[in-house]
Amino acid sequence: MSLGSVPLKYRIQIDRQQCMQCMRCVYNCSYGVFREEDDGNILIDSRKCTACHRCISMCPRDAINLSEHPVDYRSHPLWTPQAREDVINQSRSGRIVLAGMGNAKDYPIIYDRLVLDACQVTNPSIDPLREPMELRTYLGQKPSKLDIRKQENGEIKLNTKLSPNLELQTPIMIGHMSYGAISLNAQLSLAKAAAKTGTYMGTGEGGLHKDIYPYQDNVIVQVASGRFGVDINYLDRGAAIEIKIGQGAKPGIGGHLPGEKVCTDVSCTRMIPAGSDAISPAPHHDIYSIEDLAQLVRGLKEATEWKKPVFVKIAAVHNVAAVAAGIARSSADAVVIDGFRGGTGAAPKVFRDNVGIPIEAAIASVDQKLNDQGIRNKVSVIASGGIRNSADIAKSIALGADAVYIGTAALISMGCRVCGNCYRGLCPWGIATQREDLVSRLDPEVESEHVANLIKSWTLELSELMGAAGINSIESLRGNRSRLRGYMLDEGTLDVLQVKPVGA
Amino acid sequence: MEPVHIDAKGLHYTPLNQQIRRAVSEGATEIIVDNVLGQRFIADGLKGEVTIRINGVPGGDLGMFMNGPTCIVKGNCDHAPGNTMDSGKIVIHGSAGDAVAHSMRGGKVFVRDDIGYRGGIHMKEYGEDHKPILVIGDNACSFLGEYMAGGIIIVLGKSDNTFGGRGVGSGIHGGEIILRGELKERQLGVGAKITEFTEEDLEKISPYIEEFCGSFEIDPEKYLDTKYTKIVASSSRPFAGKYVWE
Ligand code: SF4
Ligand code: SF4
Repeated sequence: MSLGSVPLKYRIQIDRQQCMQCMRCVYNCSYGVFREEDDGNILIDSRKCTACHRCISMCPRDAINLSEHPVDYRSHPLWTPQAREDVINQSRSGRIVLAGMGNAKDYPIIYDRLVLDACQVTNPSIDPLREPMELRTYLGQKPSKLDIRKQENGEIKLNTKLSPNLELQTPIMIGHMSYGAISLNAQLSLAKAAAKTGTYMGTGEGGLHKDIYPYQDNVIVQVASGRFGVDINYLDRGAAIEIKIGQGAKPGIGGHLPGEKVCTDVSCTRMIPAGSDAISPAPHHDIYSIEDLAQLVRGLKEATEWKKPVFVKIAAVHNVAAVAAGIARSSADAVVIDGFRGGTGAAPKVFRDNVGIPIEAAIASVDQKLNDQGIRNKVSVIASGGIRNSADIAKSIALGADAVYIGTAALISMGCRVCGNCYRGLCPWGIATQREDLVSRLDPEVESEHVANLIKSWTLELSELMGAAGINSIESLRGNRSRLRGYMLDEGTLDVLQVKPVGA
Repeated sequence: MEPVHIDAKGLHYTPLNQQIRRAVSEGATEIIVDNVLGQRFIADGLKGEVTIRINGVPGGDLGMFMNGPTCIVKGNCDHAPGNTMDSGKIVIHGSAGDAVAHSMRGGKVFVRDDIGYRGGIHMKEYGEDHKPILVIGDNACSFLGEYMAGGIIIVLGKSDNTFGGRGVGSGIHGGEIILRGELKERQLGVGAKITEFTEEDLEKISPYIEEFCGSFEIDPEKYLDTKYTKIVASSSRPFAGKYVWE
């Protein structure tokens, strides 16, 4: 007996009275939902739809309608349609279910239960139009004390040797998305945007394509367990180096780029053969302990003559604070924490939806642990994984982060509609694809402007939020949890966040 | 140019590497480093055509990210010599620790005696001129050539000890592991398979065996036959078939 088919995920309908038969939907849909018949009629195959919204956004007549779950199951709070369909899928295949984009489970969002403060009467608020607002952020080790001496000739001399730091004009950076996972045009747009806004973007584990070289001063190069694309020139080009230990969307496991995505250009950039799977093992096989991590950190610094900051990225897991404290002692300059809502092209669904902890709690516990141990100055804390707006950023910084990485938000600013089908390699927005006709839809000139606009507007909002709270420097917001209150958060969580409830 | 001498006695690895870099930038083609004792990262990220003779026992990650130079070690090595090396050559007159040639992308690592666990892990090749070669004179431990994506690992077993390790080539998806003598199926890792070692294979590896033996004044004759086991990937897509899309 066959299990039969499961109901449609989405139904696409065309309002035939509105439709002018321009065929843009037919042309734009890379999944093959629309087909033009000989008589000029458009046939629809809704089963192929991924809700990428490309057709809807291109239709000049607003003639296309999409409905989600058009066929009901018997409702049941436990046996959701997803739960049932996963069972059916796995009964058929006997395999691990892969899914795209970030955690899709309905966990409470801590950001949405935190509220920010503003000044009234006493400490007056500051108008960012009139007063300078300092959003410049330095990432890297800070000395625990400064040795400043006045010399005979009256000049002041700094005797403390400073560690290399990255200078950011805004605490917002663009996270690591590799060439291969996304297209070159997408990466180029991000790199241009980072350069325009005085911030940085990450290469991911895909090497550095020569087209990105002009923006290398705004690029953080990643070293992951597969060591793809990593050679001394790559390390020399980056403004900073990031060791990737883990990723919020799939903590504890490696990654793998399927062979069909490894085209010649991707293969050259990653320095692997075309058509073969690019496999990143779960651990770095030269890192089995904090001491080994310190060895790689120092190995990278030694290779680049101690001129660049080295970051270490980990997934936010239960003991994230203790791990971060170990990283702070490894001569790393920043620890990147990726929360369980972090995006990804593809991850085993069971990991994406169930492993790791929310970024909000991770930031607070890492910041607290580093403070308790008196080593907060040794590393900067960069938060990522599910940051959607400037409020999330302000809250992250107030919880203790120095800066944030945005990923999905930057993709949305280039067209992504979070359809979660990146792994299919058919992204109609030209982002998560290597198909030339699709990639060429994405114009780096235009899209870099969109990404830069997003960063600019969030930076503006940040300075407004700070001004309203009477804060004129991002330094004064950092770890300033007294400017946060928890709304409907349980006592345990408030305790971890070290935040008082509203009204207190 | 006369060889440059560096005395590494009591020297931290950073000033040692600075001296090496300076010598290379001043055009040295041969550098002799004496009294090496545990200094890590020697020749880390070093570029150029230079031969570095290392007398003593270097610490971990010798020749990491190295691109071009030759390091000749008179002594044993710690873990991961040749880690993520791009090109060049490391010749070890002795044994080496775990993860030798980890992620090496090009160049050669020759170890006269034994190596530890996870030798040649995730070695990978690409293009015409990036094909890493790891040759071990005597024996290796378990998990040899795991996740290997290219290049060749040769284990010569010169003292006739049989290879007793397991997990050979788990997750291998490219490249070849060539072991002198026989290997049992149960010693293989997931995704690896044994294939016949042919005359053609011998022709392919002979130059490496000769070069290796030449480095240590060993007579290559004994090794130029087909008494090897060749281990390759059972698929270049080891993970295909494990996953299904949502
Ligand atoms: S894009 Fe809109 S107007 Fe054009 S053919 Fe499709 S449904 Fe009709
Ligand atoms: S980037 Fe991924 S989630 Fe976004 S539209 Fe493209 S395929 Fe969909």
